[in-house]
Amino acid sequence: MERLILRRLSADGEEMILNFGPQHPSTHGVINFMVETDGEVIRKAIPEVGYLHRSIEKIGEKVGYPGFMPFTDRVDYVAAMFANEGYAIAVERLLKLEIPPRARWLRAISCELCRIASHLIAVGTMTMDIGAFTPMLHGVRERETVNDLIEALCGARLTYNYHRIGGVAFDLPEGWREKTLRFLDHFDRFLTEFDRLISFNEVYVKRLAGVAVIPAPLAIDYGLVGPNLRGSGVDFDLRRDLPYGAYPHFHFEVPVGKGFQGTTGDCFDRYYVRCLEMKESSKIVRQALDTLPEGEFMAKVPRRIKPEPGEALSRVESARGEMAYYVVSDGTENAWRVRARTGSFTAMGIVEAVSPGLMVADLVALIASLDVVAPEIDR
Amino acid sequence: MNTQELHERLRARFGEDVGPLLEEKVDSSCVVLPSRIAEVCRFAKKEVGIELDHLEDLTAVDWPKRAVIEVVYHLFSYRHRHALVLKVLSDRAAPRVPTVEGVWKAANWFEREVFDLFGVEFVGHPDLRRILMPDDWVGHPLRKDYEEAGGYHGISNVRENPLVELRRLDERARAALSPKASPPKPATPPAGPEPA
Amino acid sequence: MTEALPLPKTASAARRRARRVLALTLAVGLGLPSALFGAVLVLSPLRHLAPPGLSPGSVFLFRALCLLLLAVVLVTFGAVISGMTVWWEMRVSSRMQSRVGYNRVGAAGFLQWVADAVKLILKEDLVPKDADAVLFRAAPYFVIVGFALTFVALPFGESLIAADLDVGIFYLLSVSALVVVGILVAGWSSNSKWSLFGGMRSAAQVISYEIPAGLAAMVPVLMAGTLSMQGIIRSQGAWPWQWILLTNPFALLAFLVFFVAQLAEGNRTPFDLPEAESELVAGYVSEYSAFRFAIFFLVEYGNLWVMSAVAVTLFLGGWQVPFAGPAAFEAARGVATLPGPLWWALEILSLLVFVAKTVLVMNLIIWVRWTLPRIRVDQMMSLCWKYLVPFAFAAFVGTLLWQILLARVPWVASLTGAVLTLGGAVTAYFFLRLTYRNIAAVGDRVDLSNW
Repeated sequence: MERLILRRLSADGEEMILNFGPQHPSTHGVINFMVETDGEVIRKAIPEVGYLHRSIEKIGEKVGYPGFMPFTDRVDYVAAMFANEGYAIAVERLLKLEIPPRARWLRAISCELCRIASHLIAVGTMTMDIGAFTPMLHGVRERETVNDLIEALCGARLTYNYHRIGGVAFDLPEGWREKTLRFLDHFDRFLTEFDRLISFNEVYVKRLAGVAVIPAPLAIDYGLVGPNLRGSGVDFDLRRDLPYGAYPHFHFEVPVGKGFQGTTGDCFDRYYVRCLEMKESSKIVRQALDTLPEGEFMAKVPRRIKPEPGEALSRVESARGEMAYYVVSDGTENAWRVRARTGSFTAMGIVEAVSPGLMVADLVALIASLDVVAPEIDR
Repeated sequence: MNTQELHERLRARFGEDVGPLLEEKVDSSCVVLPSRIAEVCRFAKKEVGIELDHLEDLTAVDWPKRAVIEVVYHLFSYRHRHALVLKVLSDRAAPRVPTVEGVWKAANWFEREVFDLFGVEFVGHPDLRRILMPDDWVGHPLRKDYEEAGGYHGISNVRENPLVELRRLDERARAALSPKASPPKPATPPAGPEPA
Repeated sequence: MTEALPLPKTASAARRRARRVLALTLAVGLGLPSALFGAVLVLSPLRHLAPPGLSPGSVFLFRALCLLLLAVVLVTFGAVISGMTVWWEMRVSSRMQSRVGYNRVGAAGFLQWVADAVKLILKEDLVPKDADAVLFRAAPYFVIVGFALTFVALPFGESLIAADLDVGIFYLLSVSALVVVGILVAGWSSNSKWSLFGGMRSAAQVISYEIPAGLAAMVPVLMAGTLSMQGIIRSQGAWPWQWILLTNPFALLAFLVFFVAQLAEGNRTPFDLPEAESELVAGYVSEYSAFRFAIFFLVEYGNLWVMSAVAVTLFLGGWQVPFAGPAAFEAARGVATLPGPLWWALEILSLLVFVAKTVLVMNLIIWVRWTLPRIRVDQMMSLCWKYLVPFAFAAFVGTLLWQILLARVPWVASLTGAVLTLGGAVTAYFFLRLTYRNIAAVGDRVDLSNW
């Protein structure tokens, strides 16, 4: 079976065509890159995705609105809360449902904790790809505590199924608030140690500064979102600019890349924006726990969810960028179309454009800095 | 600007090629003539005051009863913070839509995905090939009338109910262990394969 | 892996079991290398013997047999040391990474390397169909030979050296270059683009870094006036201000250059790009499995030991025991055929000193490995050629001038020694203080009981 992709590479004996993947020891997932290199320098790197396609969007048309919630976890299992929230908000817009304030706060708390967990994986695997194994394990150690907290909250460590259409599934358990605050106290100091260990390490900075610069117009044109976009200097964050849920009530900064160690839009900017975002998330969780309102955590939702025919788009600021859910309803119990637009999909799209001229090791740094996870790309 | 004003501006420029604003139940959208979609998009991106520079999403919805495949464009502007939804109705029998890859590069992969899963051909796309499904897949999975292929290159996608299979294996093991004097029990006929 | 033995049921049974495991661990850990090295020491002089009453042909056979046995024992000794190095590295790294590390097989997981070796031997031996049949199988031999030969000249103690060659350090540097050949052959013969990539890169790296390493190794040779390993050690003293490292500022520079160059030669992070393209593939060993892979693995960690041992020999005073100069050894030896017990005690002391210093340098290498990320190929090349080579030359020329001009004056060496040692102590103090402050700032504690 001739691979159509080979036609796009024109090796004429001088260049090598290599296959990066699809199996590689990195948590970015199962992605293949066809790389045409001339020794060390890459001429073209074309990503091949689809190894993790599980037809989640087709399943959305069969299982009914509440039944689809666990599937949204699998769209991006590293930061599953956001997927839950995005879908829930889309369906609630279709139902014209107002959810109670406590539910909104609990959603924000769980999402920001999940963002911390996801960014720990993102920066951890990035340092591991660059060659420093220790920061990854320190990050995973912190993530274990977050996983334990979320497990106490909703019973699962990775795929949560916590948000429901109309609110959240469970309320805070006893003592959870104190445990989380204690964790955040420790975590803020951990971030200082992490920075000292790796972020400004000379070798690390040399590997990342000025590598794979993505200028802001290119980033916008290719549809990059989230920390990738902010790393290129575009100051946009859904939580602040198009706020939803409980975010209007919190004060937090939005870190934007400004060439911390090199050029704006290089790998280091994208990496450091994530580090700073973890600090901000911890601030948000603290504010949310302080101002948590009492009341119901779930609105009154009909037993059978049958929204009127129509369509709704919801956008949430996920750890990997903006995740948009486009839900089309035809009046029956099953959705007519569920579409999840994810940040990693367009981030993969830009690799081909930015890769010429990079070295093989830089390609790894680029992919790691874009923080792609394969389940998000393929759904 | 809000959606109405954006729509007015487009209407003013393109006249009847841009349909009326469909105040759907939740999100409003407007239908654009397929042949003009590239120009409309270019105008929407470049025109001062509109500058919808972010292609949020480009996807499709299959309506067999209306015999159209709707290609939906969600646009957003970072500078002005306003949004617009455009739709193109393509004939379900032979869906062809001009590409907007020249306007937003993000459309490159989005249109490949729509081609892969719906079969919509984007005229002018530089590299229209399947993205999520394997290169030699037959059919377009997200269409409503898609029938599952029943396997891929000899790999089946149905298997027996595991409980039934385990029970059969159990009984075979038990028959092997039981004393040889007793006659072997006839093998229970396996239940018919159920789809996974 | 399920428990091979049933779990003990009572606390006292558990304690007994732990004591037995500890005893087994100590027996293997101390006994095995001692037995092997003892065999080396016994066979070394034996092969020169001509036992009376044997015909010349049989004497030749006897000597050949001794030689063969000696070679086998030496290689095994190298392998055992390498296994223990693996254990030590894993233990240290697990502490740095805030995890438990090896703790199952043997006390503190000490016998894990035995279990790993057995597992690797039992695995299926795959040879890719399109790989070069002869070279693919030959590559591990180059590598193990290059590694095992170095053990011939490593000075473990005052008389504990398999062969005190006159060209000791020269022999070591040249023989360890066989490993490069092995890596290149492995990379090329695997018939895989990734292996080729890794092999080429590794070859470029090791060959480039031989130059600063060799130049930096010349500095102790210049100062000691001999290439022999024992000679270089004997020219130093036991105390830090008598080490070559601290008696000459250029030697300090040479040590830094040598250290970095040895890291690169051993393919250790931050220079492990050839093999830890492990973002994606394992480089030149990716097609190897089972015992062939075990050899590469063994040699990589054994090189860690050899690197540290050579650095200790050249710069850190080797096995020199404080308060026991050559006169003490002579006196303890006595005039009988077999040396007195005090001599044996001193020898073992010198061995312990050597091992302690080597482990110290090894810790430094392990520390660097698990802290720093890896540098890119072009950065590595520019580091070698634009920085290390000029510095190595500077150190070399500086030492030449030092030797010609200043070494004649007897008090200069002691003065520099004292000054540099003091400087080192002050730096160490400030470093430890900063470390302690960093730890406290994060709200953590120093807890040495958790080793």
